[in-house]
Amino acid sequence: MLKDIAFIFGTTFMYATPLLYGALGGVFSENSGVVNIGIEGMMTIGAFSGAASTFILLELYGNALWVPWAGFLIAGLAGCFLALLHAIACITFRADQVVSGIAINFLGPGLAMFLGGRIFGGSGTTPTIPLEAKLIRPFDTILKGKPLLGMMLNQYISVYIVFSLVGISWYILYKTKFGIRLRAVGEHPKAADTLGINVYQMRYIAVLISGFLSGLGGASLSMAIIANFRPTLVSGQGFIALAAMIFGKWKPQGAMWACLLFGVTTALQIYLGSPAVGLKISTHLLSMIPYIITLIVLMGFVGKSSGPAANGIPYEKGKR
Amino acid sequence: MDYLKSHIDLNELVIDMRKITKKFGDFVANDCIDLKVYKGEVHALLGENGAGKSTLMNILYGLYTPTNGEIYIKGKKVDIKNPNVAIHHGIGMVHQHFMLIKPFTVAENIILGIEPITSFYQLNMKKAIEDVEEISKKYGLYVDPRAKIEDISVSMQQRVEILKALYRGAEILILDEPTAVLTPQEIKELIQIMRNLTKQGKSILLITHKLKEIKEAADFCTIIRRGKKIDMVEVSKIDENQLAAMMVGREVNFKVHKEEKRPGKVILQIKELTVEDNRGISTVKDLNLTVQAGEVLGIAGVDGNGQTELIEAITGLRKAKSGQILIKDYDITNKTPREVFESGISNIPEDRQKHGLVLDFTVYENMILENFRKKPFSKKFKLQKENIINFSKKLIEEFDIRPKDENNLARSLSGGNQQKVIIAREVTNDPELLIAVQPTRGLDVGAIEFVHKSLVDQRNKNKAVLLVSFELDEIMSVSDRIAVIYEGKIVGIVDAKKTTENELGLMMAGGGYK
Ligand SMILES: Nc1ncnc2c1ncn2[C@@H]1O[C@H](COP(=O)(O)OP(=O)(O)OP(=O)(O)O)[C@@H](O)[C@H]1O
Ligand SMILES: [Mg+2]
Repeated sequence: MLKDIAFIFGTTFMYATPLLYGALGGVFSENSGVVNIGIEGMMTIGAFSGAASTFILLELYGNALWVPWAGFLIAGLAGCFLALLHAIACITFRADQVVSGIAINFLGPGLAMFLGGRIFGGSGTTPTIPLEAKLIRPFDTILKGKPLLGMMLNQYISVYIVFSLVGISWYILYKTKFGIRLRAVGEHPKAADTLGINVYQMRYIAVLISGFLSGLGGASLSMAIIANFRPTLVSGQGFIALAAMIFGKWKPQGAMWACLLFGVTTALQIYLGSPAVGLKISTHLLSMIPYIITLIVLMGFVGKSSGPAANGIPYEKGKR
Repeated sequence: MDYLKSHIDLNELVIDMRKITKKFGDFVANDCIDLKVYKGEVHALLGENGAGKSTLMNILYGLYTPTNGEIYIKGKKVDIKNPNVAIHHGIGMVHQHFMLIKPFTVAENIILGIEPITSFYQLNMKKAIEDVEEISKKYGLYVDPRAKIEDISVSMQQRVEILKALYRGAEILILDEPTAVLTPQEIKELIQIMRNLTKQGKSILLITHKLKEIKEAADFCTIIRRGKKIDMVEVSKIDENQLAAMMVGREVNFKVHKEEKRPGKVILQIKELTVEDNRGISTVKDLNLTVQAGEVLGIAGVDGNGQTELIEAITGLRKAKSGQILIKDYDITNKTPREVFESGISNIPEDRQKHGLVLDFTVYENMILENFRKKPFSKKFKLQKENIINFSKKLIEEFDIRPKDENNLARSLSGGNQQKVIIAREVTNDPELLIAVQPTRGLDVGAIEFVHKSLVDQRNKNKAVLLVSFELDEIMSVSDRIAVIYEGKIVGIVDAKKTTENELGLMMAGGGYK
């Protein structure tokens, strides 16, 4: 019994992590007034770039300690790259933000599979990286020989990073000069403009942060939960992250609780599907649970919670 | 110049705008305008809707770049590329539409852009609040720094806007139609605030359409007509009629001309109506009212006594809790806005930008918002663009909407011309009952004259008109009968010709039942 709970606890955090990266990314972008439904695409390119670059670096430099970290960083930068395209389209050219986001969602997986095929051959799946080159588990040695605690807390570093990022994001958004300006731009860009705040610059930065975090989220899948990239890896988690951000009322803490909720449903689904429990339900049905919860949450809450006032509206200087 | 107040320094020009021209495409909004403001004065800027006042001020504040012309501040030539430069030169602006961030607190709004910080870019909210309290005391502008903007009144929000400018060290304050949204009492307070500020050496540029306020508050007045400067005058040496004539280019009739008329049969009948506001409080309570054909019924009252909910209930935007609304014996209680409209009610709504127009549609599209399904605008599912354009052209001509181009976006029109589009559309519906809520808010005297005439024309055509306004002058000159609303009830109905401002004022304050 205790073991079951520990298992569910640990799995919850593991599966909440990629979602939370994406959701925090969404929090930054949308608080600045740019709708980002391209999180899915950014996570995908991040997942690919992280796994692929780690593998390549491994071949080139051997099993150095910095290799997974470099891979993780490259994943973030890859997300940034797609975010830059989104920012140019939405902010500079005032394109429809939803349409641009959809384009990003096609571009991310397309690019990943194209590059994957080019570099590694085959259908875009990257080779598996060895266990030592995955992201580290910081408490591995401390927790050795403590199976219960280990099951709960022996997580990859990406998990600890993202939960610290919740606090850091909250601090940045609500306690710093940068944060108050970012939210001002998302609420009433013209007011911010009349006070000498550069609306375009703030929005660019926010969207780039969003891409970076989403990229990391993808890598937390391909470099921690599993050890390679395959085209079906992200499969909708970017959208669940988006739902979590909305459910969390566009706030970092809120997004965290929402991601944990989705994480626990995934954990339950895995637990109920495991042979040890022996439930006679099709795993296909079980794996629908997180998506169904997303739907319910979106139907029930989107109408009621409203985001930043200028979210989704391109800003044009000098327009009445 | 001997009447001038002692703190005005005629040797020091703080603002000297020379030959400013601004074009939007082919349209010339400012045409070679000169503007001079002395230190310590209140300088009024007067002009019709769309004359180019806000444009000129936006240039001074760095929001628009002028096509031509030079700006000197305190004798030095400056190039105001953006608001930062304007702020740097001591210019602050309170915009016609407030620039406040609703979910932020008062203090956050005031410090935004020049936030006090401790280390690590961390906001120093404690200092921010102290700073706000300090300047708030210094200039006698009381605000609660911790309150959220969405929770405070419009006049408080305006104080926040003024403080925002002062916090940035503004020496020159631009107030773009600050009184349009204020009650008479609040206007008095604002004028007092302006006097305090000029005594401390600040200069104020004031835009207003109310000539009374110019007479009361301003020292000099620059008059603009259709983008051109007409004159600069010393206010104490000129009267309201002269000001109005200079601004419009003809004599303006302040008196509404109305012929005697016997009201006909009852058009609108409201019985025991109760309506709740968003918080679930009954703001209209067992209200009874009738409006007859061939009369203007004015509803007088202080803002917030149930006027909004009453009108929303009649027009179908809000559910009535109990009671009945009849139009010519046809029950329209809790019908949809479309059904209400089809039953013969047209509405000139209070918030023209939110409920009256689709700002990103063109003028011609806005002209047929209600009738687009009908002939001749639509045939077999297809809009008949030619008919629509011709119809719009006719209305633009008839109602003198400027610029005369049906392809403009509603958003690009000045406030007064936006209002004319709505009035043109609603009046041509030829409704049994025309409802007008604050129809002249923010309009110039010429446009006000026009709106009043349109309302009286409806009445003369034996239609019913229901007018809601917070301006007693307007209510008294346009209405035939005046109903006073207080705490959701009609506390008295008087004959407009026989009543006095005092009697109405007393009833509006809840005193004296009739
Ligand atoms: N950004 C813009 N694009 C196109 N036309 C504009 C723009 N801003 C203003 N105009 C036009 O310039 C003219 C002057 O507008 P402005 O807002 O300065 O008038 P105003 O004198 O402030 O009027 P009001 O009293 O109604 O506020 C109007 O005809 C308006 O349609
Ligand atoms: Mg204006």
